[in-house]
Amino acid sequence: MANALDPHAAIATTATGLADGRLRTADGKPLARALARSQSRARRRAFLLVLPLLAFILITFVVPIGQMLQRSFYNDGFSAHMPALGQWFDENPRGTDPDEAAWTALATDLEAAAEARTIGIVGTRINYDVPGTRSLFTSTGRQVRRGIEPPYREALLEIDEGWAEPRLWSAMRNASTPLTGNFYLAAVDRTRADDGSVVQVEERQRVYVMLFMRTFWLSLVITVITFALGFPIAHLLATLPMRKSNLLMILVLLPFWTSLLVRTTSWMVLLQQQGVINDILVWLGVIGGGQRLQMIYNQTGTIIAMTHILLPFMILPLYSVMRTINPSYVRAARSLGATSWTAFRRIYFPQTLPGLGAGALLVFILAVGYYITPALVGGSSGQLISNMIAMHMTDTLNWSMAAALAALLLGAVLLLYWVYDRMVGIDNLKLG
Amino acid sequence: MKTTLVLSTALAGMAFAAAAQEVNVVSWGGAYEVSQVEAYNKPFTAETGITVNMIAADNPATPLKAQIEARNVTGDVFDIEVSDAIRLCDEGALMEINPDDLPAAPDGTPASEDFIEGALQDCAVANIFWGTVIAFDGSKFEGEKPTSAADFFDTEKFPGKRGLPKNPKRTLYLALIADGASPDEIYDLLGTPEGVDRAFAKLDSIKNDVVWWEAGAQPVQLLADGEVVMTTGYNGRFFDAMVGEKKPFEIIWDGQYMDMDMFVIPKDAPNPEAAMEYLKFATDTQRLADQAKYIAYGPSRQSSAALVGMYQDGTTEMAPHMPTNPEHMTTAVMDDPEFWADHDAELTERFNAWLAGS
Repeated sequence: MANALDPHAAIATTATGLADGRLRTADGKPLARALARSQSRARRRAFLLVLPLLAFILITFVVPIGQMLQRSFYNDGFSAHMPALGQWFDENPRGTDPDEAAWTALATDLEAAAEARTIGIVGTRINYDVPGTRSLFTSTGRQVRRGIEPPYREALLEIDEGWAEPRLWSAMRNASTPLTGNFYLAAVDRTRADDGSVVQVEERQRVYVMLFMRTFWLSLVITVITFALGFPIAHLLATLPMRKSNLLMILVLLPFWTSLLVRTTSWMVLLQQQGVINDILVWLGVIGGGQRLQMIYNQTGTIIAMTHILLPFMILPLYSVMRTINPSYVRAARSLGATSWTAFRRIYFPQTLPGLGAGALLVFILAVGYYITPALVGGSSGQLISNMIAMHMTDTLNWSMAAALAALLLGAVLLLYWVYDRMVGIDNLKLG
Repeated sequence: MKTTLVLSTALAGMAFAAAAQEVNVVSWGGAYEVSQVEAYNKPFTAETGITVNMIAADNPATPLKAQIEARNVTGDVFDIEVSDAIRLCDEGALMEINPDDLPAAPDGTPASEDFIEGALQDCAVANIFWGTVIAFDGSKFEGEKPTSAADFFDTEKFPGKRGLPKNPKRTLYLALIADGASPDEIYDLLGTPEGVDRAFAKLDSIKNDVVWWEAGAQPVQLLADGEVVMTTGYNGRFFDAMVGEKKPFEIIWDGQYMDMDMFVIPKDAPNPEAAMEYLKFATDTQRLADQAKYIAYGPSRQSSAALVGMYQDGTTEMAPHMPTNPEHMTTAVMDDPEFWADHDAELTERFNAWLAGS
């Protein structure tokens, strides 16, 4: 039987298939095509093997994240439930004063939404842009459900004067298309003025830009501290005799295997004002009973607990790289007259860079997205942007806002990754 | 073929029976959960054979909203605040509840007249009235003890940390009361920028002395640990610690914040029939009165009030510990669900900005 992969078959064709200068298999097909076909079959088989993984990633990762990101610029809370008014907005350009047709459309939509009990969704959407208007929709809805007579303008204004607000009509026009950039504007403390221009929100409402800065700053501080603490440990791990280094390794890994919540709660026990450390300090007489240190429920608590939790992510990549460094290089440098500092700085340290890069990137990116630990030990000054995302996900249920904040965070991390790639090169990254 | 059909029918029947035999109730955990387990769940299971799975949350509205938004509802009955109940009802997420379906009072008064005003909503039935109050550890004060909301904000007279919940709803009103505002002008003030500024200015004066709490069990713990000298919290939890665990806590009723807890059933509840059974059972006159045997929250039916007697220890009269006691109501602020449905998002944002700023 001729088989495209059988070397003998190929040789056979060399002998028989030279007529047109092309190699042929035993059954006369061009060799290149037979080879390509059999290779593509092998590729298909290989692809089938990774198919479950691909499907898994697609279903659990790409699709949900994509859906979430879509919410950041797509919100049909208003447009889906107010079709008639949406049509009026389409037919009349911005700046047109609402005529009786507009009021009729508004009344019809309100009536239908109140009947279908979707009026709360409509009100919530407009409330994002004009705070304080949610109850305008729901209370009007309750009255409209009992029936409403034309002329609608007078009837609606009778129910509530607020319907005449130009700001409300402008917000309804903006919301009549589901695509919106308003959530991104809000995520950087900006909003649209009545005339549609972008302005900063009032100073006392500004919070997100400051939290983004704080998140990146604290993540940087934590990365530097984990490096300062982790580097010597990783070096010890890599150079100590096997028995001792194994023991040390267990000490590094043990907290890594312990539940995150347990570790965070332990820090609360240690650091709180009536906690172990303060008790010891008072007992030793270092501080008086009335001057117990505030070490938790603030930024200090966040930094301490997160450094502890993220330390293994710095130590492990460093260790794996350091273990492969040949000690004879440093010895050679010393024998050629370098001081121990020079030998470390010029010979040893540069060789640890791939591990350092991997560790720093891991710690930084994990720190940027951390939220359980700051939520528990951060008090008010140790909250990060991820706590706001969590709040919008679970409390205010403004998922569009959460998605916009998350998209900005994701964008910032990708940008950082790109900068890292340009400066250091992702190929130089060693995770272990 | 026939066997398969019979078998699959039997299996389907069993699956249905199994599904109908349980109801998932999401509530607030802690001492409050215990009172519901004792007063509602145990007699309910004994009578109907339906198992009740109790699930605890810091605020059950949070998982409820998330489950609705994700279109994957797993709870059947949720115990939530009025403002959340009204809001979710307006969004069409909850089953409407007909008051005529609820059991009448023992003397025959229909449910619609027996429940206290506001306790019956389109999609929700209240079970209790509860108060957010200030409590302190009496053993920590040697001389004068704090007596008012103003004392809570006076860190010179009463030094030490304060516990406050991390949300605008139960902090801003207290700041205004402490600043001398009267209880009935709170929402007028919070509706204006000047009033909100005034509340935040008052909060600023103790910002560095505040430990923020989120779950209802936390303030009791903070007070017991000595982490704070005074904290606000839910009155039933403090009662449980004071009477149940003999802690030397004392309650300041001045400026209490009154709210109702309501049972709601989401539209997509997995066991709607069992949920409705549970809701009817739990809100009848006797069960509501029974709950007061385990925790100091006021029942939402007028007919239950007469049946409230002693705490489960048999020696403590419940009336002086109830938030609904007339003496405690003089400076009480009632929850305004309409106001919070409108302004919650805006004030939460402002509150977070204030909290995050140094």
